[in-house]
Amino acid sequence: MSAAPALHLSGRATIAGGPIFGPLDLDVPAGEWTCLLGPSGVGKSTVLRLLAGLGGALAFDGTATAGDGRPLTGRVALMAQQDLLMPWLDATANVCLGAVLRGDAAQRTRARALLERVGLADHVRKRPQALSGGQRQRVALARTLMEDRPVVLLDEPFSALDARARALMQDLSAEVLAGRTVLHVTHDAAEAARLGQTVLLMTCSGITAIEVPQTPAPRRFDAPETLAFQGHLLRQLMETQ
Amino acid sequence: MTRAARVGGIALLALLAWQALVTAFALPRFILPGPGLVLETLWTSRALLAEHAFFTTIEVLLGLILGGILGFASAILLTASQLARFVLRPMLVFSQAVPVFALAPILTLWLGYGLWSKIAMALLIIYFPVTSAFFDALMRTPPEWLELSRVMNARPARILWHIRVPAALPGFASGLRLAAVYAPIGAIIGEWVGASRGLGYLMLLANGRAKIDLMFAALIVLAVLTLILHAAVDAACRRLLES
Repeated sequence: MSAAPALHLSGRATIAGGPIFGPLDLDVPAGEWTCLLGPSGVGKSTVLRLLAGLGGALAFDGTATAGDGRPLTGRVALMAQQDLLMPWLDATANVCLGAVLRGDAAQRTRARALLERVGLADHVRKRPQALSGGQRQRVALARTLMEDRPVVLLDEPFSALDARARALMQDLSAEVLAGRTVLHVTHDAAEAARLGQTVLLMTCSGITAIEVPQTPAPRRFDAPETLAFQGHLLRQLMETQ
Repeated sequence: MTRAARVGGIALLALLAWQALVTAFALPRFILPGPGLVLETLWTSRALLAEHAFFTTIEVLLGLILGGILGFASAILLTASQLARFVLRPMLVFSQAVPVFALAPILTLWLGYGLWSKIAMALLIIYFPVTSAFFDALMRTPPEWLELSRVMNARPARILWHIRVPAALPGFASGLRLAAVYAPIGAIIGEWVGASRGLGYLMLLANGRAKIDLMFAALIVLAVLTLILHAAVDAACRRLLES
């Protein structure tokens, strides 16, 4: 993996003439886990899509760049709310999907090692329908790691999991994605309080950075600072409405 | 009650109703023979029926296989190439405005009285349902999967082959299931227009000689063949989708 760059996005986006987000400036520090927290409908996912090069139907007036000035294409991996596993492929083949789609040799041994790392050593040959929601999201995490991209964009990847699976998945992701530039879009204050090395609050009026506690992320879910920070974030969210 | 028992019961009821109709209206055997007579003919003419059923089966199977392959390839071509969509799609729709039945005499003229004109009829009649079912499914790939592929810097041809095609196989399977029912219709029409063998030819021949019992026997054989074909295609599609 090449060095993880910082990310910058500034500008405004509209779709079919209607605004999605107003003029805003986003700065994501290099090699850190940044949470972009905000209520539904402020355009958080759109920011992520623009950085992923998935602008598609929307009109974006601005720039989405990497801190090192090189293009982002080919340096970004994406993990979404749905696991997006192919139902006809087993876990190993799903992890190898990127290589197969690019026409590269599928490194099945490495894929198995990554599945082992996310705790799925016994499930490497199972199809997605034979796995639980948490296990499927682990396969998606292994697929993301397989891509070995310095920038990882997370679009509420834990929001469909139950509380226990979510907490486990958060710890695991923080561990395996350490050192990469992670931009994690979430509407969950508790999640941002646990994971964010940087926490940015996105509202209709723009993006503001919020001071984070001294404790290193991932923070313990029941530590007083984490809970206090969670409360603080939730208050900020409430007040912006 | 199991499915077999239910189907058997319904068949028995239908046979009874048929016999009752024949008895009540005292219908002559050259208008509507009773089920007893038809079953008897089915047995006594079994060699004749089997011989003609063999040719019809060959025509239907070849038509189904060729039509399936052609439909599969056409749908992929339509998906892969905008030019193909632009040129071929209106032609496909227009071809459906021409009744396939009306083409049977022309096909017989071009391809002769042998197997090929019937295979062509079966192929033509199933080509559109297979192509359109598969093409529709190919165009409905979940957009999130395509976006994931784009972020992975996938090659378009590989997205098509490794994501869109496998995701669309259920659509292809439903097209094939329809085709299994349509293909015999095509073959029979081909045989009616001009043939020297096949169940359609036999039915026409029996009709001309007022051997209505033989005509009904041929009809039953044809129906059973179609049901078996549909069941076989259905089973094959299930295996294809599970593998």
